[in-house]
Amino acid sequence: MSAFLSYLVSGIAVGCGFALIGSGLVIIHRVTHVVNLSQGMYAVVAALSAATFLAAGLPHGVAELCAVLVAVVAGLLTGLVAIGRRGTTPLSSLIITFAVGIFAYAVEVLTWGDQPRSFPGLPGAIEIANVRVQEQYLLVVVASAAIFLALDLFFERAYLGKALSACSSNPYAARVVGIDVTRMGLFAFALGGALGGLAGVLLGPLRPTSFDSDVSLVIEGFAAAILGGLTRPILALMGGLLLGVAEAMVAGYVNGSYQTDVALVLMLAVMIGQTARRPSLDAEGQ
Amino acid sequence: MLRIEGLSRPFGGVYAVRNVSVDVADGELRGIIGPNGAGKSTLFNLISGHLRPTQGRITLRSERIEGLSAHERARRGIAIVFQGARIFRGMTVRENVMVGAHARTRHGFLDAALRTPLHKREEREIRQSTDAALERVGLADWADRYAEALPLGQQRTMQVARALCGEPALLLLDEPASGLRARERHELARLIEGLRGGGLTIMLIEHDVQFVSNLADRLTVLNLGEILAEGAPEEIRRNDDVITAYLGREPAP
Repeated sequence: MSAFLSYLVSGIAVGCGFALIGSGLVIIHRVTHVVNLSQGMYAVVAALSAATFLAAGLPHGVAELCAVLVAVVAGLLTGLVAIGRRGTTPLSSLIITFAVGIFAYAVEVLTWGDQPRSFPGLPGAIEIANVRVQEQYLLVVVASAAIFLALDLFFERAYLGKALSACSSNPYAARVVGIDVTRMGLFAFALGGALGGLAGVLLGPLRPTSFDSDVSLVIEGFAAAILGGLTRPILALMGGLLLGVAEAMVAGYVNGSYQTDVALVLMLAVMIGQTARRPSLDAEGQ
Repeated sequence: MLRIEGLSRPFGGVYAVRNVSVDVADGELRGIIGPNGAGKSTLFNLISGHLRPTQGRITLRSERIEGLSAHERARRGIAIVFQGARIFRGMTVRENVMVGAHARTRHGFLDAALRTPLHKREEREIRQSTDAALERVGLADWADRYAEALPLGQQRTMQVARALCGEPALLLLDEPASGLRARERHELARLIEGLRGGGLTIMLIEHDVQFVSNLADRLTVLNLGEILAEGAPEEIRRNDDVITAYLGREPAP
């Protein structure tokens, strides 16, 4: 029973991380119609930066914040390359984001080398119902809850959230009402960078990060996002939690090396399910 | 209000708009008529900034705007209602109209994130003007439906509300009456009259000469991208060139 609970807690925490990456995908897709394949890279860059900043003597909090800012810059740069030029189709942009992710490997290996790195998070642990829970897990859950609440308020209530959604719904009409569609897209990429970066600094202490961790992160993030139909960040949170817990259970009771396979199978199942319900996934967005 | 001088725009060697000059006074309602392919919609696209002219100038309230992009022109007070349904799918009617207020918002993401007084004030103003615009065009009862669920006529009315929400100085209407039933046309005419009465400058493209003649102060007739005639509606209807080129038949007695 206590094993089950500890798998559950770690699954929820890791699932929050997937959801953060997934919500970055959702937001960028919602504003620009681009599936950002370099989304996992922001988490990698942020985690590796945080390790460097902490090693350089920056205090906790400041180091993580700076690392997230590095991820924001990475997101913004991706956006500039992918959608900065007007008339780039979402499909071309998708390929560009893939290329940016590959290019980032070179930068990361040159900067940090090719060995996985980790850094300390919250050191303590507390007991809940006879289960020792690392405080870092609780930090991940609390921080994610706050972030998702803010995102949902922004997108569902605030006016600017509507303006952002309008960009992908009909870019032509959005320009007519005075919306700078490119600027909105760049904002989405920056926000995506921030969310990826937050995932990176929150998950960094829980699992070592290397330059190529982005592949599994983007797959897991995409699986979380697609469970919610790539529409709302809060649905990506549901998807992320489901996925995180499922992976933790598989890792705990079966075999840890099947984690990514769980994500892929879940993703496939959802996509098949959605396609069966609708003639095409695209039909909703068009 | 709006001065267009020597405006030209070719497409692959054929001029869609050629050497067109138009002067629209403050508060005027200008009708634009002409047969299919006369360049009416191209003219609107040049004014709203979706197309760039190869020659000519456009001046809005003594500011040159032909080099500005569409969203910059919207922020200077040009609003356009398209013939087709340029709506935001997946959003409600209210949200569609609300986005129209963007042309006059000043708060940015930082304001929204920090919930500054500017953000709160504008957020409140947007909600008020959205409700006012919905009320004005008679869509208040439809506000919480999805935009794509509306019939075509109401989707166009919704676009009018969206345009009004931005409090424009110049409103471009591209065949707003097409596809509407008689009663809807009548309501639309009353709405346009009301807007003009409120001092809004309007340019109206319309196929139905009767419809536009009843509303417009002056008519501009385009044919093959060039101006064929310009004047008060009754002059235009007596103009022989117009009758031959535009109607292609003898005038009704």
